[in-house]
Amino acid sequence: MSDVPSQSMDDWRSQIARRFESRPEYLIPVLQFIQEDAGYLPPESMLATARHLRIPESKVYGVASFYAQFNFEPQGEHRITICRGTACHVKGSGRIESEISTHMGVPPGGTTGDMLFTLEAVACVGACALAPVVVVNGEVHAAQSVASVKETVDMLREQSQKE
Amino acid sequence: MNLDQRILSAKETWKAQQEGDEVRIYVGSATCGLAAGARGLLNHLPDALADLNLEAQVVPVGCIGMCFAEPLVDIQEPGKPRVSYRNVTAEALPQILEGQLKNGGPPEPWVFGTLGEGSYGGLDRLEEQAVLGPQLRIALRNCGWIDPTSLDHYLARGGYAGLQRALGMTPEEVIQEVMDSGLRGRGGGGFPTGLKWRFCRNAKGDQKYLICNADEGDPGAFMDRSVLEGDPHAVLEGMSIAAYAIGATIAYVYIRAEYPLAVKRLLHAMEQMRDIGALGKSILGSDFDFEVKIKEGAGAFVCGEETALIASIEGQRGMPRPRPPFPANQGLFGKPSNVNNVETFSNVASILRKGAKWYAGNGTAESPGTKTFALTGKVNNPGLIEVPMGITLREVVYGVGGGILDGRPFKAAQTGGPSGGCLPERFLDTPIEYATLAKAGSIMGSGGLVIMDDLTCTVDIARYFLTFTQNESCGKCTPCRVGTREMLTILERICAGKGEEGDIELLEELGQSIGKASLCGLGQTAPNPTLTTIKYFREEYEAHIRDHTCPGQTCKALLPATIDPDSSSVVTGLIRVTAERCDACGKCVASCAVEHSMSKDPELAMDEDPLPRPRIQLHPLGGGTVPTACRHCEAAVCVLVCPTGAMQKTGQGGPVLCDDSLCIGCRSCVLTCPYGVPEAYLEGEQITKCDLCVDRLAKGGIPACVEACPTTCLEWVKR
Repeated sequence: MSDVPSQSMDDWRSQIARRFESRPEYLIPVLQFIQEDAGYLPPESMLATARHLRIPESKVYGVASFYAQFNFEPQGEHRITICRGTACHVKGSGRIESEISTHMGVPPGGTTGDMLFTLEAVACVGACALAPVVVVNGEVHAAQSVASVKETVDMLREQSQKE
Repeated sequence: MNLDQRILSAKETWKAQQEGDEVRIYVGSATCGLAAGARGLLNHLPDALADLNLEAQVVPVGCIGMCFAEPLVDIQEPGKPRVSYRNVTAEALPQILEGQLKNGGPPEPWVFGTLGEGSYGGLDRLEEQAVLGPQLRIALRNCGWIDPTSLDHYLARGGYAGLQRALGMTPEEVIQEVMDSGLRGRGGGGFPTGLKWRFCRNAKGDQKYLICNADEGDPGAFMDRSVLEGDPHAVLEGMSIAAYAIGATIAYVYIRAEYPLAVKRLLHAMEQMRDIGALGKSILGSDFDFEVKIKEGAGAFVCGEETALIASIEGQRGMPRPRPPFPANQGLFGKPSNVNNVETFSNVASILRKGAKWYAGNGTAESPGTKTFALTGKVNNPGLIEVPMGITLREVVYGVGGGILDGRPFKAAQTGGPSGGCLPERFLDTPIEYATLAKAGSIMGSGGLVIMDDLTCTVDIARYFLTFTQNESCGKCTPCRVGTREMLTILERICAGKGEEGDIELLEELGQSIGKASLCGLGQTAPNPTLTTIKYFREEYEAHIRDHTCPGQTCKALLPATIDPDSSSVVTGLIRVTAERCDACGKCVASCAVEHSMSKDPELAMDEDPLPRPRIQLHPLGGGTVPTACRHCEAAVCVLVCPTGAMQKTGQGGPVLCDDSLCIGCRSCVLTCPYGVPEAYLEGEQITKCDLCVDRLAKGGIPACVEACPTTCLEWVKR
């Protein structure tokens, strides 16, 4: 599905080897480095990780799939993260989640077909006094509503389409 | 220069700055402050000052805890206390600067009070107000007062004095001091910290590890984040003392990936520590080596559990391990390890500096010291607070918290996050201590304290927390993996209006089993929110099951039926009409007609047949005019008289809509409406009435008439 070019297994391996010793305890930091670089974990990078750390590829997948942070699919250009923490929940973030999901046509965790947006819901961002919180491309937006998030999404879409 | 000289110099610089002749402007710059607008303020300040020909030193500080007032800006003139301003916008900034620094009059409405020694005019001293008065900030002692990137600020306020003293004692003496202080683990377990250290000290191993648990996974908790962002050295100093006490030369900080600013501050502080010789070989001239490594989490709540955390550092799936063996004997990489929470470490440095007796003098005998709480939910003053143990819930909610939003009644206080419980009104006068909270069925937890009003459904809250823990269950043990799924299914059925007799008893039975049989704290405490809400709010569960109602007006499936359940949910505000501003221009009337035309185009609409009808009219009023449309009355008369039920009120606060398929044009509504709103243009035709532009609202817009009004006579007021 993705047209995002990925490096070869050997390219990944040399990138990883440059930064990390070949010890199994570095598995998570290696995965974090790959995701930081590519936005997700391409299959070639997983194999490279297994080879470099000298552990079975199944182990790499086992660990990567355990943690919520890691994506196995290419992500959208913009990341919309809706906080579903307690304080945000009590202030209505559940409604924001369901209505924005409907508005964008993807479930939480999904990426829109045009690869513009990835929508996700997280358990708590840690900015509870600003509830309800939505994080847009890493920036924390305070006191959000369905209308304000829709406005942001529309604005970002316009911006991306102009480029 | 050596550390002593550096400390002396730092203290002198601090003193000189406090008493000097430079104005200092403090801006709350932790994650919350920045998100609330402080980033923009920091960018604007230099220009704003230049425009007014003023000079000042700008000091970004961490979170002082008054989150409800962010962005916070404090202006301190030489020799005077800080004057605090709340909810400062970029537009307000020049007015505030000019007001205080040029005219000597801190302007309303932003001025909030003063902080620090001395007084300023007739302003309230915030330390004497309900919001700060009851607080005793030990773990948070520097947050909001120092620039977290300045080592000198930390040193000037007593930094590293604790470590210096500890290095002059034997490790056993340090452990005894912490035991005498009565400090208990602040991550939620409440285990005596000194005792935990002693176990690790006594364990045999060629390498020991110290681990700081900065995973802070509880939704609703941000205490640790604030300490790490606002005063990273406090945590690092505490860690170095602990490492010395147990004999660990390597320490890990396991911090969740969602806290990038905290990671940045820690790394910066570690470099500074190395510069003064507090990190590396033979720290501060002792024969103790100490190194710190940072490991980021990857999004797993269960990794806040110490054995799962250790597994994660080792590069494994974050699955807990049975204990014994305890980490103190066999922990990270199989070596003796000690895990403590961020807040615990932040207290340690103060305890070593000021003594166990001082620390134990606060709080209660059962729970000495203070506790930080992230006070959130339906209170007027949500924020980060630190109070002595033994304070009552009432003092926290109504004193520091400023009472419930909109004056609504208190329903419950949730402590301990997904592992805790909801305490009802009769616990308001309970002193906050480990034992009293446990006795009530909840736990102290890491510090999340969410306040709920009568418009909250406790069944929904139980479902919410169980959804979280069920999702985060690692899957290793059956009671948690399968048990939480079963409990959640039952709760979801109840909230969807499909609850059955016997459900409550089944939840209780399941909850007890899961609590007893689960491998780790996640599973052991996952049933708590459900069990406590059943214990204290059983009648609410019964109302869902037997009466099919939701007293907290939250569970959508159980709210009064509506013709279009979604239309009331899109009504995010109401139209306010200010009659004096009406110019009789008629734009509202025209735009309404166009909005309800087929072409939606002003020129083409004029040629349509039938002619589009406006739902708003200009009525004469006292010599002028006023736009008049449907008021969407709560107790609508038209709804009462409509013989076919075509007129319907779509839920509380929602619009009154006319279902065209049912309207027979009898005009009963035209006759009875006190405002003369419904119109019937032709014999037998269905009536025409304002529909609050629900289609526009659903797309995030506002009603057409409001958008067209050029004088703000019509305004859209967000709820």
